[in-house]
Amino acid sequence: MSEPIIAAEDVVKRFGEITAVDSISFEVKAGEIFAFLGPNGAGKSTTISMLTTMLRPTSGKLMLNGHDVTKEQDSARKSFGIVFQDPALEEELTAYENMVIHAVLYHIPKAERAGRIEELLKLVDLWERRDSYVKTYSGGMRRRLEVARGLMHHPKILFLDEPTLGLDTQTRNLLWDYVERLSRREGMTIFFTTHYLDEAEAVADRIAIIDHGKIVATGSSVQLAKQTKTETLEGAYLELTGKEVRDETSLSNDGLNVRTARRNERLR
Amino acid sequence: MDVIYILWLRQMKRYVRSRSRVLGAIGQPILFLLALGYGLGSVYKRAGQGNFLQFLVPGIIVQTILFSGVFWGIQILFDKRFGFLKEMLVAPVSRLRVLLGNALGGATISFFQGIFVLVISVALGFRPYNWAYLLVSLLVMIALCLALTSFGAGLASIVEDFQGFQGINNFIIFPLYFLSGALYPLTNVPTFLRILSEANPLSYCVDAMRYTMIHQTHFGLLKDLIVLFITVVVCMAFAVNRFNRIQA
Repeated sequence: MSEPIIAAEDVVKRFGEITAVDSISFEVKAGEIFAFLGPNGAGKSTTISMLTTMLRPTSGKLMLNGHDVTKEQDSARKSFGIVFQDPALEEELTAYENMVIHAVLYHIPKAERAGRIEELLKLVDLWERRDSYVKTYSGGMRRRLEVARGLMHHPKILFLDEPTLGLDTQTRNLLWDYVERLSRREGMTIFFTTHYLDEAEAVADRIAIIDHGKIVATGSSVQLAKQTKTETLEGAYLELTGKEVRDETSLSNDGLNVRTARRNERLR
Repeated sequence: MDVIYILWLRQMKRYVRSRSRVLGAIGQPILFLLALGYGLGSVYKRAGQGNFLQFLVPGIIVQTILFSGVFWGIQILFDKRFGFLKEMLVAPVSRLRVLLGNALGGATISFFQGIFVLVISVALGFRPYNWAYLLVSLLVMIALCLALTSFGAGLASIVEDFQGFQGINNFIIFPLYFLSGALYPLTNVPTFLRILSEANPLSYCVDAMRYTMIHQTHFGLLKDLIVLFITVVVCMAFAVNRFNRIQA
């Protein structure tokens, strides 16, 4: 298992004049829980968009499960599941119907669909509510449904882009419970971004910190603290990324996904 | 095939479940039909042109399909801004199939809207010149539905927000509609209007509908069908080209 399951090599993404991701390289081992931290607009979502084939890198090489992300898109796509930053569910349909669409999109054989959907909805405790419209779901239920959906095709890697944003503590804990169990039971690799440092500290095996499009440090939370001669992950994080507040500029088509940072006034 | 079907089915389910949308989309053309058909009917008759309702129905059906197509484009924009498009775009299926499933769904909805308006028109007293020719009208409607949903999908791929879409609506769709001869005959219109109408592909569609429904034509059916065919091909090429370039 020495071959990394995710590998980025000198990846650059420019939007016109602005460089959102500036020559980053990193590797994630199979089965690892990997956290990607950074201030708003540091390049986290742009990196996830590139890893998940939605954005084409300006230059550099991205490998997922042995497949080149830009050249073997379909093989790369079959290797991962994703929970997007903004819920990507069809609200006018029921949870079950959403799962069926996903199963078809990922070519799950018809004979296996019903069983797999039942198993997953039970895993995230939504089986009883399978026939309710998604628009009647709470934020936490939607997230759980998205996690279940992302697991449908037995992906080797699960991407979670700020999966706990806007969720209460109970739901956050529950969600991370699922994720950790999955990682252990199925050896699934987890790649997630978050703004909650306590989550990264508690869950992640390894953490990368990105700022201004560059990876400024990688290691376990203990290593990061040691490296920066601080006590905690938060200390290390602030030491590495500074205390300035960032102003985000939206760059992407949909205005939600890809952000870059501009320096703002210093905090007094 | 499975993928195209499931994406089509999603559009159908959404449509059937939102009754207000069904009513809203049909209400407007019916209003046009009633207000203009009865309101201007007597003037039209006095001018020696016969029954205005007969004249109006083909144009109103085109209007229904046109506005339904625009509405559908907004739906794609919604998917783009609020997530579901991403779910479709990161799946291991080609963009072409995603586009086809969605566009066929949109086209089916528009077609049904057009049929509803046709049925209501018949209830209001409209009589086609020859029921057998009506089958050709249905084919023309299908072609128009395909052209417009493709156009809508292409536009939604380019435009970034709802205001932008609204602008296009005002600056493209309304002029296309009013210059198509849907509401008035193109014979004896001033030269500038005639030139604009002749440059408008929608005019030929209205004309084809009128020929097959009430046996009146301005351009001749052959010319109508050639223009319609070219329009469908161009719109589809536009949609495929733009949809392939969406990056999220």
